[in-house]
Amino acid sequence: MSGDFRANACVARTAVPVLAIAPFRAAIIEQTRGGALLAALFGVPHESALRLHAVLAQPTAGTLTLLCADVVQEYPALTPECMPAHWFERELWEQWRVLPVGHPWLKPIRFQPARTADAPMPAPIGCTEFFAVAGGETHEVAVGPVHAGIIEPGHFRFQCYGEQVLHLEISLGYQHRGIERAVAGGPTARTIHHMETLAGDTTIGHTLAYVQACEALAECRVPPRAQALRAIALELERLANHTGDIGALAGDIGYLPTAAYCGRIRGDFLNMTALLCGNRFGRGLVRPGGVLFDLDDERRTQLAQRLRQAERDVRVATQLLWTTPSVLARFEGTGTLTRAQCEQLGVVGVAARASGIINDVRGDFPAGWYCQEHVSPASCDTGDVYARAMVRLLEIQHALLFIHCVLAALPKGPITTTCGPRGAARQVVSLVEGWRGMICHVALTDAAGQFAAYKIIDPSFHNWMGLALAMRGQQISDFPLCNKSFNLSYCGHDL
Amino acid sequence: MIRAILTRLQQRYRTLVYPTRTPVLPDRFRGLPRIERARCAADCAACVAVCPVQAITKDTNGIALDLGRCLFCGACETACAYHAVTFTREHRLAAGSRAGLRCTAQELPRVTALQGRMHALFGRSLKLRQVCAGGCNACEADINVLNTVVFDLGRFGIQFVAAPRHADGVLITGPVTANMRGALEKTWQAVPAPKLVIAVGACAISGGPYRDQVETHNGADTILPVDLYIPGCPPHPLTILDGLLQLLGKGGG
Repeated sequence: MSGDFRANACVARTAVPVLAIAPFRAAIIEQTRGGALLAALFGVPHESALRLHAVLAQPTAGTLTLLCADVVQEYPALTPECMPAHWFERELWEQWRVLPVGHPWLKPIRFQPARTADAPMPAPIGCTEFFAVAGGETHEVAVGPVHAGIIEPGHFRFQCYGEQVLHLEISLGYQHRGIERAVAGGPTARTIHHMETLAGDTTIGHTLAYVQACEALAECRVPPRAQALRAIALELERLANHTGDIGALAGDIGYLPTAAYCGRIRGDFLNMTALLCGNRFGRGLVRPGGVLFDLDDERRTQLAQRLRQAERDVRVATQLLWTTPSVLARFEGTGTLTRAQCEQLGVVGVAARASGIINDVRGDFPAGWYCQEHVSPASCDTGDVYARAMVRLLEIQHALLFIHCVLAALPKGPITTTCGPRGAARQVVSLVEGWRGMICHVALTDAAGQFAAYKIIDPSFHNWMGLALAMRGQQISDFPLCNKSFNLSYCGHDL
Repeated sequence: MIRAILTRLQQRYRTLVYPTRTPVLPDRFRGLPRIERARCAADCAACVAVCPVQAITKDTNGIALDLGRCLFCGACETACAYHAVTFTREHRLAAGSRAGLRCTAQELPRVTALQGRMHALFGRSLKLRQVCAGGCNACEADINVLNTVVFDLGRFGIQFVAAPRHADGVLITGPVTANMRGALEKTWQAVPAPKLVIAVGACAISGGPYRDQVETHNGADTILPVDLYIPGCPPHPLTILDGLLQLLGKGGG
């Protein structure tokens, strides 16, 4: 059961092996223990059963393993032996009413209506059992869904002993907009806009994952110039978000100079995306077949110039942060997630690299312009807030270098081509390293080439549990700092 | 300390003098649409067909564009062979009523400034509780930007506050998901009267790309009475700021 499939390449749905549930489980358990990431695990109705689809990504080999198994009503849960399946199995149960027997904490993750025909209405959101801690001097703190700042809604339950957090339980679903349900059967004229607004701060990342899937299904070859412009846009998105996050981390510990500077510089990066396509978040730029806006020479010169200025501003603003002992004292040793915990949970992206796991889709499963121009993966090994800030800083430096290299050797030619009809009864797994981490879209087409199913996994889906574990033993007052150091998406999770 | 001072000098003074002077927006920015009905061909409805959110309608008088539904994707502009729809760089898009977002030429939507007691109460100090009810974090991000040194929202007497009890109104983003409806209503109820409701972004005004999906409502005014609509997907920070300032009678005009 070796990795036989490639990312961003389409295969016939019949090429994906359908196993009995026992070897299906065994393969997932064995491969995740061997360092594979459980990129996706989801259900698609098949005749009278539910067909489970698993996607395992082998970062070192750069290959994928695709597996299926049919289940009816129940199957033995993977979670007790494979923790990365924890959240996926809760989702499976919530969406399809298939019971993973032996799941240790089976409860809704989104409070969404089940997708089966005769489904009962879901429980009102938040009405569920929460972990509880009993005993003298223990207490519970409930926060959200409406938080203090201008951020997305989610509910947090802290079990505390004095100031110390014993456990944090994260309960989401408030942002559920039904994207996967709406995309299935499509694409329609709205689909691209669902992708662009799936997680607004990751507009380019998710749209890119979507168009890569469409292009693979249509066997469309995107012009090199379009690939290069997409990569520039993806890195600008990373620059804006990482810079903003460093500023917000500074803000959360009350170090206002860097908070003010980085908050502004983030806007400079957003304005560079607007220079390219008119929208600060890159809306309207990426479409199946290419991009809709070109970078003429004058614009290219201006972008390079603005990048150099922003590079100088970020360097000075972050040097100030990194040379202030009181800042480092607050960052170091706070919210530690060990490498072992990351591996056990299947954490991805910045959080994983901060714990020494050097996985990065841009290097492991390169697509588009990342096959031409490489980005060195950034990493740190302490797994604390400091490490997550450090990885962001390194990734800012690498992204700046990358964009300068792409700009210097921007290929000539068209920026778009026709993306024809999608193949019938095909399957594709599209991977993109968004600024938070690995974005995975899985598209399955029907006999007409329409989406029989469309699965979206934002990196946040893998990482929310990581935040919960990083909070154990921390002071509750450090929650904003820890939360910001992960900066996970609510709507990307809730879909 | 010396390093902090040197850094401060390096980072320079960055606050815009808005609304006295409007900064130059990118040439590809898609702001207020210009509709030229005279250019329209009688038998053509290409713009109506390509709009993903049915923002454009056509009747015997010609085409009309609903800014409250528009995602500013530019698909209509590309589809129109007669240049009857083009997007200008005008960032002022806010309106005081839902009907005021209907665009049939190049008229600027109107916001009526608060009058009388409301102006006396909020004109110099407006505290808002932001509620994200299914927003994708783009509207939220560009609202947050108003707190940066570039826009420096505080100088206009406007502040986002944590507690609805301290607020004069709620500013809503997102189509209002079924799962956020209860929390939004509770937040609004906790704001002392008189109070304002402001809807920011296509989702909060009309449901945006999520319109008519069972998981969401079709925007804030299906739940609460909205006083100010600020269109965009997401609206540019200047569009949001302009809307707020016009409401307080501080707009640059």
